[in-house]
Amino acid sequence: MARIAGIDLPKNKRGVIGLTYIYGVGPSTAARILDHSGISRDKKVNDWDDDDLSKIRGFITNNLKTEGELRSETQLNIKRLMDIGCYRGLRHRKGLPVRGQRTSTNARTRKGKRKTVAGKKKATK
Amino acid sequence: MARSVKKGPFVDYKLMRKVTVLNEGNKKSVVKTWSRRSMILPDFVGHTFAVHNGNKFIPVYVTENMVGHKLGEFAPTRTFKGHSK
Repeated sequence: MARIAGIDLPKNKRGVIGLTYIYGVGPSTAARILDHSGISRDKKVNDWDDDDLSKIRGFITNNLKTEGELRSETQLNIKRLMDIGCYRGLRHRKGLPVRGQRTSTNARTRKGKRKTVAGKKKATK
Repeated sequence: MARSVKKGPFVDYKLMRKVTVLNEGNKKSVVKTWSRRSMILPDFVGHTFAVHNGNKFIPVYVTENMVGHKLGEFAPTRTFKGHSK
């Protein structure tokens, strides 16, 4: 079993797909990693030998931020916005969309499940 | 879309003039401004700006972290006090 950046990769998938199970590695980064290491993109994760694995690990640790490190960086960026009290920070604090989307309807990803308000009338036609 | 690097950061000329005068004289005083669209430059750090929000002036003390943001981001234009019960 291949273990990279603290994550177990799926055995039976192609290399490019398998690598995307790491947080911070998407399809294009995965392709870049494999091309740099000189490994075919179509090689299954199971078929990687130790040499391949060490090349991939080396490339990731030297060039990329992944997993916990990346998560904490994003959290720090958000915290900075909240601390300086700018508009984007305020939106993060309130749990509302940050980039100017409408909130009258939709925005459910940020706002979470609908909270029904009793006695609220439906808009008339 | 991000602004072209070639042009450099945008700051209203009149605001820039006021800040340079303050910096040259090593003085600190509140700079009243309507120019919400101006980028905060490293020169602005430590000054206090009174940024107009359409109704009144909101005092904004500029710290190092704020560099690169616009002045208007720190003076909210809308008030929302919650829905009626």
